[in-house]
Amino acid sequence: MSSNAITIPGVQLDEKPWVDTLHEWVTTVDHKRLGVLYILYALLFLVVAGVEALIIRIQLMFPHNHFVSPQVFNRLFTLHGTTMVFFMGMPILFGFANYLVPLMIGARDMAFPRLNAFSFWLSALGGFLLYFSLVGANGLYGAGNAPDVGWWAYAPLTARAFSPGHSTDYWTLALLISGFGSIGTAINIIATILCMRCPGMKLNRMPLLAWLNLVMSGMVLLAVSPLTAAQFMLLIDRYLGGHFFDTQAGGSAMLWMHFFWIFGHPEVYILIIPCFAFMSEIIPVFSRKPIFGYPVMVAATVCIGFVSMSVWAHHMFSVGMNSYANSFFTITTMAVGVPTGIKIFNWLGTMWGGRIQFKVPMLFCIAFLFQFLIAGLTGVMLGSAAFASQLTLSYFVVAHFHYTLVGGVVFGVFAAIYYWYPKITGRMLNETLGKLHFWLFLIGFHLTFDLMHIPGLLGMPRRIYTYEPGRGWDTLNLLISVGGFIQAIAVVILVANLVISYFKGKKAGNDPWDAWTLEWATSSPPPAYNFASIPVVASRRPLWDLKHPEDPDSQYE
Amino acid sequence: MSAMANLMPQAPATWRLPDRGKVAMAGLIIAESAIFTIFVVAYLFYVGKSLTGPTPREVLETPIFYTICLLSSSLTIHFAAKSLARDRVGAFLGLWLVTIVLGGTFMYGTAQEWHRLIYERGLTISTNLFGTTYYSLVGLHAFHVTAGLVMLCLVAIFAVAGRVRVQQSRRVEVLSMYWHFVDAVWVVVFTVVYVLGR
Amino acid sequence: MSILKMKSSAVRFLARTILLLFWSAMAVWASAPQGASPHGTNIFAPASTPAKSVANLSVFVLVITGIIFVVVFTLLLYSVIKFRGRAVDAGREPAQVYGSTQIELAWTIIPILIVIVLFLATARSIHAVQDAPEPAGAIEVTAIGHQYWWEFRYPKLGVVTANELHIPVSDPANPTPAFLTLLSADTDHSFWIPELAGKTDLIPNHPNRMWMDPLRTGVFLGQCAQYCGVQHAKMLLRVSVDSPADFAAWVRGQQQPAVQDASVATGRRVFESNACMNCHAVGGTDANGRFGPDLTHLMSRVTIASGAATNTPENLRLWIQDPNAIKPGSLMPAMKLSDSDLDAVVSYMETLR
Repeated sequence: MSSNAITIPGVQLDEKPWVDTLHEWVTTVDHKRLGVLYILYALLFLVVAGVEALIIRIQLMFPHNHFVSPQVFNRLFTLHGTTMVFFMGMPILFGFANYLVPLMIGARDMAFPRLNAFSFWLSALGGFLLYFSLVGANGLYGAGNAPDVGWWAYAPLTARAFSPGHSTDYWTLALLISGFGSIGTAINIIATILCMRCPGMKLNRMPLLAWLNLVMSGMVLLAVSPLTAAQFMLLIDRYLGGHFFDTQAGGSAMLWMHFFWIFGHPEVYILIIPCFAFMSEIIPVFSRKPIFGYPVMVAATVCIGFVSMSVWAHHMFSVGMNSYANSFFTITTMAVGVPTGIKIFNWLGTMWGGRIQFKVPMLFCIAFLFQFLIAGLTGVMLGSAAFASQLTLSYFVVAHFHYTLVGGVVFGVFAAIYYWYPKITGRMLNETLGKLHFWLFLIGFHLTFDLMHIPGLLGMPRRIYTYEPGRGWDTLNLLISVGGFIQAIAVVILVANLVISYFKGKKAGNDPWDAWTLEWATSSPPPAYNFASIPVVASRRPLWDLKHPEDPDSQYE
Repeated sequence: MSAMANLMPQAPATWRLPDRGKVAMAGLIIAESAIFTIFVVAYLFYVGKSLTGPTPREVLETPIFYTICLLSSSLTIHFAAKSLARDRVGAFLGLWLVTIVLGGTFMYGTAQEWHRLIYERGLTISTNLFGTTYYSLVGLHAFHVTAGLVMLCLVAIFAVAGRVRVQQSRRVEVLSMYWHFVDAVWVVVFTVVYVLGR
Repeated sequence: MSILKMKSSAVRFLARTILLLFWSAMAVWASAPQGASPHGTNIFAPASTPAKSVANLSVFVLVITGIIFVVVFTLLLYSVIKFRGRAVDAGREPAQVYGSTQIELAWTIIPILIVIVLFLATARSIHAVQDAPEPAGAIEVTAIGHQYWWEFRYPKLGVVTANELHIPVSDPANPTPAFLTLLSADTDHSFWIPELAGKTDLIPNHPNRMWMDPLRTGVFLGQCAQYCGVQHAKMLLRVSVDSPADFAAWVRGQQQPAVQDASVATGRRVFESNACMNCHAVGGTDANGRFGPDLTHLMSRVTIASGAATNTPENLRLWIQDPNAIKPGSLMPAMKLSDSDLDAVVSYMETLR
């Protein structure tokens, strides 16, 4: 790998004026810079939505608490959910995809760099628009006009009659706009993966991260579009006198639910599949073995992609569908657990017989495995329509989806951050701070979300700004809130680590983890053109072949 | 470093990957199909469920002529693209302009129909469920036709200025994929609205 | 400190903390109110056939998922401990294993079988609950969800009430379940009494049906479970399961027109000349509004404002004076009555037994 020859050591280039740097970043079409912009944007909203969560938890620490009014509380949980899904989850995963996919397939950039930039700025606009609603019409006092209809915005609560003013419109427009950005990025990722792989990289030699982002992008095309359509319908109802969801005119509230969840369920798989990709890249490196069962991992993911489009009404088990519909969605929901479970077993098989190194990325991965196992099993419980008639709309569901989204997605993202930060910045994150972040976050996460299942079993519904004492929920809610603060401290430590290590971290070099995929073949950070010359590959682990010429993978594939 | 370079695998003899413009357009078509599917589902779901107002049977007139125009434009654009691939710029420009005229005629037909429905028959988007779903679905399609026509006109302008030759043939093919998609959607919309929905 | 030591002592600490929390939670859970007055809201304390069907299924599902959890958890923990890298291994890579068809086949087929079993058990419970026939002795109730209160009508008995449902206890030999038709006047709501049945939503323009056959008397609590607006949290439910005699007595009382008491004529005049009667109904008088709860037998209820406050003269006075003091965002406007008018109206309300 001769790409180290791009910088001439010892030569000090003149310091660039900061305005020039700013201009470069704002006008960039480089996938690496856009990836970093996406990630920073998402981390900002992680903090914002995290603060919203803390305020929610303070209000719920005691029954009949008066920390915030019901109006503010309802806006908080709407913003928290909407922000975490659309302005934290999607951007950070698109950010990593943007950064890594071209590098991992040996390309110089994405297929459409300008579309890439356009999509990012669309998504950024969406986030800005959602939060502009706080000052929108009524001003900041009393949280202005932020949406308060829940992140699913069920009809007819979103009709003009029940949501006057513009709060719902900010929700709709922010997501419409960022939805177009998501579709643009998905198209870009698909075109990049199918059309720009380096010579020798057949589809069955692609890193799993590329495969899984391909599947995820296909799902974005099929899933985000129904939401876009439904949101247009909502706007037509609200502004052109349409009756799509107008129950007075014979319209159907259930239709919104179906359209929303046809988006909503694949969306959560869209969020977790890139994290599966992180697991599939990181666990092998720190187990010192290749991923166990590469072809099945691909097949299982494709399977998940398809089956997850048929399970959506398990979010609607309480709305009164007939017993055949409820049974159908029960079987499909449980079926999607099979390929997901297979992946956990394959990661187990990867670690088995390995020599595990407990570096910080691996700690997050191991926690992910335990946590996703539990989340999957509570998902099976929720997939059983009869059991779900008690569990749905309660804190049991809230616990389940936070288990997948925090215990799965956030832990996966943290693993990715620690693993690829050295590649992106050229410096290692501090290992001690990293371990502190891990253990604190783990303890806080389990305190909050393990306990949270119990109020659900004891009848506590979700989206309530306060609750009655004496139902067995009081102490649990207090402890749950304490766990939230522990997680907050851990995130502060992460942010500090990110900043401090940027300036003082140990220099990383090309390949600090002794890994095997192409991004580790170039410098850290990579030059703008990624590779001095386009690589040629003959196996799934090109760097393993180079480091072990006596035993290359290409012999076995 | 250079020692490692000697261990680099041999590049395969041929390495041909799909054209990214076509893959991207296919992706866009998939996404758009999903959007249209939802509007079609809403239309079909609400067939016969309006509480008031005019019904499809009472007010709709089947637009056979304009449909033929639109579907023919798929033929003309197909041959236009083929002509350009053989660098026959004159034939390309002629067929391209015919495509635009046919598409424009379709839009005129839609405008005329909507004018009649609104002013003579009193059917608007807010009249009843039929009105809402009809104008949304047909309107969404018309919007996509309009967007397509804008793109086609842009290409026509560049072609008249002599800038479109065989080198641009790939891009023209990508655009014609979009146009074929718009026509295919019309086949579905036509069937749902004028055949099944009545 | 080597990674290993830190890890295992931290793991031990973690384990101990978790166990401590778990048992505290169990203690809290066990101390939830039981016995005479209000039952709890514990889905594992079912008091009716639909709730029992679900609870039994739940235990079955929990056992199976519990076994899966223990097996996989153990394997994961074992692999993390047994295959940890040791200092002596530095520089040597372990055997590079790419997969194993037999193992992968096994861990595909076994989960599929488990899924089939769980599905069949679930389908049985779904069918038992949703497709149950309605016996002759069933009590028909229509529940209409409003922002933020519950309207209950007994069409065959001519009873209209709000927020507190009375149904008879059901004897399995001669069942008298309550069959509810669920409607909504505005947005989506959800009827959830955990110990009597799984929840079913109330969706405008989409009538739903559910049933419950309580097998013990007592008061059962619940609340709206589908976010319906600003006061979703205080749309509480109270179901009084009465003995057949008590139920019959309650019905008779509810069927009477409102008590006519001349001593509260002033209050009644205030009620009828302000906008009160536009929203509220009082049987046997001119007031027949349907936007708000029927007040004919207000005093027969234990709570007001859909469970947000107990039914005392002080709370009633506060509620009428300023509903936002009890339920901020409630759709009942503050009537801005003078003190004397307010006292008069409260006295009138107090006669509506």
